[in-house]
Amino acid sequence: MITSAHNSFSRWTPAWFLAPALAITAAIVLVPAVQTIWLSLHDYLLYEPDAATFIGLRNFAAILQDEVFWISLGHSAIWIVGVVGLQFLLGLGTALLLNQSFWWRGFARALVVVPWALPSVIIGLMWTWMYDFNVGVLNDMLVRTGIIDAPIAWLARPDLALPSIMAALIWQGFPFFAITILAGLQTIPSELYEAAEIDGANRGQMLRHITLPSIADVIATALLLRTIWVANSLDVILVMTGGGPGYATHTLPLYSFVRAYNSMEFGYGAALALILTLLLLTVVWLYVRRASRDLDR
Amino acid sequence: MKDRRTKTRRFLEVELPVLAILVFALAPYIWMVLTSIKPQAELSLWPVRYLPENATLDHYRELISRTSFAGNLLNSFIIAAGAAILGLAVSIPAAYAFSRFRFRGRRMLMTGFLVINMFPVVLLIIPLFVLMKNLALLDTFLGVILGHSTFAIPFAIWMLTSYFNAIPKDLDEAAMIDGATRVQTIRLIVLPLVAPGVVTAGIYIFITSWNEYLFAMMLSGQSVRTVTVALQLFIGEFTIQWGLLTAGGTLIALPVTILFLLVQRRLVGGLTAGAVKS
Repeated sequence: MITSAHNSFSRWTPAWFLAPALAITAAIVLVPAVQTIWLSLHDYLLYEPDAATFIGLRNFAAILQDEVFWISLGHSAIWIVGVVGLQFLLGLGTALLLNQSFWWRGFARALVVVPWALPSVIIGLMWTWMYDFNVGVLNDMLVRTGIIDAPIAWLARPDLALPSIMAALIWQGFPFFAITILAGLQTIPSELYEAAEIDGANRGQMLRHITLPSIADVIATALLLRTIWVANSLDVILVMTGGGPGYATHTLPLYSFVRAYNSMEFGYGAALALILTLLLLTVVWLYVRRASRDLDR
Repeated sequence: MKDRRTKTRRFLEVELPVLAILVFALAPYIWMVLTSIKPQAELSLWPVRYLPENATLDHYRELISRTSFAGNLLNSFIIAAGAAILGLAVSIPAAYAFSRFRFRGRRMLMTGFLVINMFPVVLLIIPLFVLMKNLALLDTFLGVILGHSTFAIPFAIWMLTSYFNAIPKDLDEAAMIDGATRVQTIRLIVLPLVAPGVVTAGIYIFITSWNEYLFAMMLSGQSVRTVTVALQLFIGEFTIQWGLLTAGGTLIALPVTILFLLVQRRLVGGLTAGAVKS
């Protein structure tokens, strides 16, 4: 697009502007990503990097036989569906409420986002402390109100550890849905509701026929984005249980990290990371297609 | 839409649920701060005493004097500020190019930066560790800053491109007709207009870098250890000293909470721009 004002525009100008970002990104993202592929085809142990031997797809073959992989994959599925689903429902409810008018609405909108700003280590710390077996506030409140008779070891019981960590992550992430959906709600013209009211529609009908269809697009984008984030997130689990007890809180990224970091088996860990990436590719593709559809405008 | 509900009904149907959600959102945070100001003796009571009887700052004093925490805070600050500066320095020109020029490969490159942001951390962290080891950048500020750039740069480019797009191209063209060079135009016309966006993007990088744990843990050792990594090590070291741990948690959380509340309105606009625009 060369107009008269663009006399000084040379074909190479954009390249100069982009060069620093491209060079750094290539060095710290692309090269490592390609290296992960290379590592995944090797038997690479960190403490003896020179002894790395090419083993083809044998890491992947071993993974398919690996019981822990299948356990982690199952947990990842529960993790993604449970966390994203409940974050969404809670976020949708919050957004619908915060879209009503009441005098302290601005205050509520600002504060509800706070959990989302916090580091995962702090989230792990806060919730581990609330879940504490001996003097945790959660056990205290549940015992006081008579809901349970004796304190529960939330993070040490294999059946409760994963749901307990999921609760922490749902808490952290629902504000994202709330503010995204709220932003979508604010774009709905109020004339639509006024017209519906004249036609005698009730609140439930307005929600079903006006509100939800109008924000369907925003919801779809937010769901895709959160699915990717939640699927990749492992630090809260790492802080709260480290994957235990046993394999009770192993998810796919966590297992990949544990194999690479604790056992120093970089080849195997890299193969697990690649499998996670491949599994997520469809979701990433759907999201990127949505996010980049305006690029040519 | 006019709300025809009575005051009481609105209180029960809107304000009360909102209040419950706010309590849910803030309670863990408040509980952390309350724990950090209770003396050790009150922390081991059962049933739990909710409000501190003799509030104290002892845990904070102990944390600063007996551990490396003050130094870790400084490390985190240097790394987060460095990540913000490096991220902005390379993202501003890139975002300008994406916004103002139409060139071959533009769409592909922008999509590429978006896809990078979706990569699982575990995909990058292993080879990045090997790379930093070979470059002798392990346990250096630059090493961790570069690690954080893996997410800071792609994000900042997308955010800044949308801010640049909001400024009419006619302004650049008018300046260049008047004889300004491309660089002069950017410096004198475009950058001042996009400054609020640049500040928002910078603060967002600062917050995410300050909060980040995995890269910092892999790439830092004793000399540049960040607060998040240090706190996680304390959890192992001082398991039952919840006063000390929550004091550390409060000191880490407060600065980012304040920063986040300051830029929240614009940040939410920038983050949701892609999602809402249709």
